[in-house]
Amino acid sequence: MLQIRNLHVKVGGKEILRGLSLEVRAGEVHAIMGPNGSGKSTLAQVLAGHENYDVTGEVLYQGKDLLALSPEERAVAGVFLAFQYPVEIPGVGNLYFLRTALNALRKQRGLEELDAMDFLAVAKERMKLVEMDQSFMSRSVNEGFSGGEKKRNEIFQMAVLEPTLAILDETDSGLDIDALRVVARGVNALRSQDRAMLVITHYQRLLDYIVPDRVHVIANGRIVRSGDKDLALELEKHGYAGFEQGGVAGATP
Amino acid sequence: MSATATSLLLQGLSRLESKRNGHDAVWLQDLRRAAFQWVLERGFPTAKDEAWKYTRVARILETPFEPAQPAEAVASRWLTSGAIDSLAGDLGGTRLVFVNGYYAPDLSSLKKLPKGATVRSLAAALADKGESLEPLLSRPWREHPHAFAALNAALAEDGALIQIPAHTEIEDPIHLVFLSDGGKTPRVSHPRSLVLAGAGSQATIVETHVGAGTTGGSYFTNAVTEVLLDEGATVAHYKVQNETETAFHIALLDVRQQRDSRFTALSVALGSSIARHEVQVRLQAPGAQTTLNGLYMPRNEQHLDNPTLIEHVAPHCTSRELYKGVVDGQGRGVFDGHIVVRPGAVKTDASQTNKNLLLSASAEVDTRPRLEIFADDVKCAHGAAVGQLNEDAMFYLRSRGIPQKAARGLLTYAFVGEMLELIQVESLRSHVEKLVASRLPARGVEPPAGDVTEAP
Repeated sequence: MLQIRNLHVKVGGKEILRGLSLEVRAGEVHAIMGPNGSGKSTLAQVLAGHENYDVTGEVLYQGKDLLALSPEERAVAGVFLAFQYPVEIPGVGNLYFLRTALNALRKQRGLEELDAMDFLAVAKERMKLVEMDQSFMSRSVNEGFSGGEKKRNEIFQMAVLEPTLAILDETDSGLDIDALRVVARGVNALRSQDRAMLVITHYQRLLDYIVPDRVHVIANGRIVRSGDKDLALELEKHGYAGFEQGGVAGATP
Repeated sequence: MSATATSLLLQGLSRLESKRNGHDAVWLQDLRRAAFQWVLERGFPTAKDEAWKYTRVARILETPFEPAQPAEAVASRWLTSGAIDSLAGDLGGTRLVFVNGYYAPDLSSLKKLPKGATVRSLAAALADKGESLEPLLSRPWREHPHAFAALNAALAEDGALIQIPAHTEIEDPIHLVFLSDGGKTPRVSHPRSLVLAGAGSQATIVETHVGAGTTGGSYFTNAVTEVLLDEGATVAHYKVQNETETAFHIALLDVRQQRDSRFTALSVALGSSIARHEVQVRLQAPGAQTTLNGLYMPRNEQHLDNPTLIEHVAPHCTSRELYKGVVDGQGRGVFDGHIVVRPGAVKTDASQTNKNLLLSASAEVDTRPRLEIFADDVKCAHGAAVGQLNEDAMFYLRSRGIPQKAARGLLTYAFVGEMLELIQVESLRSHVEKLVASRLPARGVEPPAGDVTEAP
């Protein structure tokens, strides 16, 4: 479903990703782990189409050139990013925003748009998945939400938009254990044969709840090691120190 | 003063004098001549006038405007009550319609008002019992000398007179619609309205200035509205300026407040080539509260100026001000917010906010908060901001599949939404929402108002 080949990303002249390659098949959940500043979040932003980056390399999504698409075209194609820092948008109602988004996707996909009543039914059902209170729906997008509420809102949006490729950028950061369980349950409910997920995290903790098929360690802008879920446990024990040194050495031509 | 302007002035007054010979009371003739003389001596404002720094009036003065003729009001046969509804909104209450500055009874609808309340054409009132109006009509330009207000005093013939007796509440909004028909000949009208709110009375006034007509010609509206609030009176004044984009609009809203009165104004400036909507409020007795809100949305090459002056004369008065601008194309928006706290106006509580959103690289905003404080023990705050659409928010919306153009529309509408929510008259709010939405990039789906019902 997703093939990343030799991805180089610079921002403001500084190279963040230095030849990253990765392949994710439909139905799989891959965890991307790494220390702060290793380029995890940059990868997420680049895949979602953020325009602040200078990108070279190849990213194929369902066989097509993902990098050629605008952020909204990627969303239409089924890519979803759960933001590490969801943006507050005063004056735009949460529910109105999400209906606009869903209808934009449906329209582009040649489906009939949902009216307010039909949409409300869908939204209410998906809200239960992340145990979100209905009062959030009438509030402005993320405005005044706590950290945990924002993350739930991301997973709720994902549940409504039903992406094919979901990228979760540090969805666990800032969550207490109860919120983490709720979010993880929401994510697990969305796992399916046709859907792939990239779960980006600093800590192994999230992976107790969302068990990955593959774990990759990213350091200094490239994947330095890949393995199964046990790799995450190993990292928990020994930390990233060894990988960072190795990464620096490997990055030097 | 330019030769064109002077000759136009002379022409205007001599025509008016010959037309009204024998109609106007002596005091009114004197008032007109005095105001006229003032303009001749002092001239029109130039770039050197601090209060007119941002708005050049040369283009207005150089246009050979002819005075509008009452007969034209009748000539606009296509005008029906239904056409007014769609142009200005149907607010349900009493509605006075003026065409090219003259009262059009056929298009107006007079609803039953509480005992003693008056809503009528000023021309009719002057013909009836003019004398009592004298001090009122001469005041604004005498106290705040200003060429266009003086010109209005010299040449005004019609407008609205609204009188609300003490302790009387008029529930439905009183709607004044000034409709101008941009014909082949550029025309000028000088509407003059007066609102007298008795002690403890309550009323909502909506003033709509709208352009219509098929020829797309230029015209000039030079309006003065005066609102006097007696003790404990509550008045809300809404103004929707939606003239055609070839028109000129200069207006003064002059407000005086007595003890414990409350005044709220909301101005929505959408139309005109050059427009200046000036609001002056004098808080002259303790406990008076005033709130001035405004939204201006210049686009193309429109120039929309919003000067406000709040004078805290008495102690213990409160003023609040929120103006927002959305500027697109090569439009230019101006907010010039002047607050003066006079000596002795202790315990003044004043705050002013101006926020602007620039939608294009060639859009321009001038924002100038001015606080002059001559009293101790006061609380005054102001803030101004000019910015573009938030990039993070744009990316967030687009990453969810909302196309760039719709995302821009959505964020712009969110910025404006705060002002629209301040419109307490529901029928007016939905009318203005439509006007505003039609000026923004498509948002992909119907206005967010539909989602209000979705709140659990």
